[in-house]
Amino acid sequence: MDRLRSLLLPLSGLAAAALLWAAGTAWLAGVSPIAAAFSPLAALRAFEPLFGDSYIWTHIGVSLKRVAVGLAAALAVGVPLGILTGVSRRFASATGTLFQFLRMVSPLSWMPLAVMALGVGDAPVFFLLAFAALWPILLNTAAGVAQLDRNWLTLARSLSATRRETVLRVIVPGITAHILTGARLAIGIIWIILVPAEMLGVSAGLGYFILDTRDRLAYAELMAAILLIGFLGFLIDYGARRLHDRWLHQA
Amino acid sequence: MNAPTPAAGLAASAPPAAAPDAVLEGAGLGFGYGVGDAVFRDVSLKVERREIVCLLGASGCGKSTLLRVLAGLESADAGAVRFLGQPLTSPHPRSALVFQQASLLPWLTVERNAAFGLDFTHQPRIAEAVRRARVASALAAVGLAGREKAWPAELSGGMAQRVALARALAREPELLFADEPFSALDAITRAEMQSLLVELVHRWHAAVLLVTHDIDEAILVADRILLMGGRPGGILAEWTVDIERPRSAAPEAVARLRLEILEALRRSSLR
Ligand SMILES: Nc1ncnc2c1ncn2[C@@H]1O[C@H](COP(=O)(O)OP(=O)(O)OP(=O)(O)O)[C@@H](O)[C@H]1O
Ligand SMILES: [Mg+2]
Repeated sequence: MDRLRSLLLPLSGLAAAALLWAAGTAWLAGVSPIAAAFSPLAALRAFEPLFGDSYIWTHIGVSLKRVAVGLAAALAVGVPLGILTGVSRRFASATGTLFQFLRMVSPLSWMPLAVMALGVGDAPVFFLLAFAALWPILLNTAAGVAQLDRNWLTLARSLSATRRETVLRVIVPGITAHILTGARLAIGIIWIILVPAEMLGVSAGLGYFILDTRDRLAYAELMAAILLIGFLGFLIDYGARRLHDRWLHQA
Repeated sequence: MNAPTPAAGLAASAPPAAAPDAVLEGAGLGFGYGVGDAVFRDVSLKVERREIVCLLGASGCGKSTLLRVLAGLESADAGAVRFLGQPLTSPHPRSALVFQQASLLPWLTVERNAAFGLDFTHQPRIAEAVRRARVASALAAVGLAGREKAWPAELSGGMAQRVALARALAREPELLFADEPFSALDAITRAEMQSLLVELVHRWHAAVLLVTHDIDEAILVADRILLMGGRPGGILAEWTVDIERPRSAAPEAVARLRLEILEALRRSSLR
């Protein structure tokens, strides 16, 4: 019963939004006939050719690959930087202001620069995604280091651990939960940045597909693509949350 | 038991050359955190092989700080520490530490926690089989045989502290530094752990420097008690406890010593 109710409320929220959407497009269709193409029913009907021709899978695949590369790059840079920020007070105060500054510049602002520096293609998209995802990972990693049990570090010192041993055997495992939290936030940000980042200089991906439908005047497909992006984002976040919870139960 | 020795007498005599049977020797030690006042000044003490020394004193008098200096975790502003006759600049591989909190690593099983650090670069090289045997016998000694695969989160406070003790024993230390290792445990568990500690360090032929603010714990465990106090801190008095073990069997002698120490503690806090 509780289970049913916990499902019923979110579903009724979604249904209400769909009704509003239908009413809005129906009303607009009276003003300008083109609005009918934006209706929920048209969008649902557009799904069939979308998946039937299977070309949407290519776009989804390309986008997911970019998410993976961006996240991996952000982890590769953000975790070491976060650890450095956490262990070295000098590094933290030398970089703190700079990081806050860079963090507050929308990653998309770098797009023209990224295209000029890295050329058209995947590279600037990877860069933008990684750059956007860097900050939550870096900040969470540093917070994890700050919250480490001081006695663990004393223990490592009493064992004459080398710097490398202290980092690999105590600090990294000790902050894994924090890194996973950062990664989950990063995935959310990447997914949001992905679509606009794919609107420049690439010829595949969900962002590209949105512009493509606009240019083809395929408005029903456009609405279908928006629904698809929301649904995929929901799935990815759900998966990341489950992974995070699993590690916490194990540790 | 001896009459209290005034610390001034200890400090005034020139520090004796490291006797071969002293595990740890601190001479003329002074230390302060940063620009603040000195925490202690001119502290000299010695721990013999297989001896259990308790450092007793009121809260905040600098016991933990002195322990950290003696263990090589902080370097002294004045004086020198010698471990097995050698000047000590960083923690010695033949020493081990136990804290108030067990501080087990939650991502490692009990067994791996007990083995933690044995394979570190600066530790003596030992074969994998020897390592395993040491961990197994240390865990068996603290009564945790059969719990090797358990996770720290599944252990009670007392059991966790047993693992911490096993982690120290597995290193076969010459000297065990312990900073209020049982003060977070309930009274019954604490009493168990106190007798376990004495039994095990005797079996392992280790010496102990135990920091505590519990007079009863000191009397129950120690071969020698050092009273720390004053501002900046120093060793105010010293007692050799020659009451036969188990000491719970000699309540009068224990009570007499207890009164004597309590009196000295009271006088030290009035100064
Ligand atoms: N990391 C530190 N930085 C600055 N001052 C410190 C630090 N650690 C301890 N002190 C100060 O040094 C003094 C001695 O502290 P210490 O912890 O050695 O005392 P203690 O005898 O172990 O006390 P307790 O019985 O409460 O553990 C205290 O005044 C304390 O405030
Ligand atoms: Mg203390």
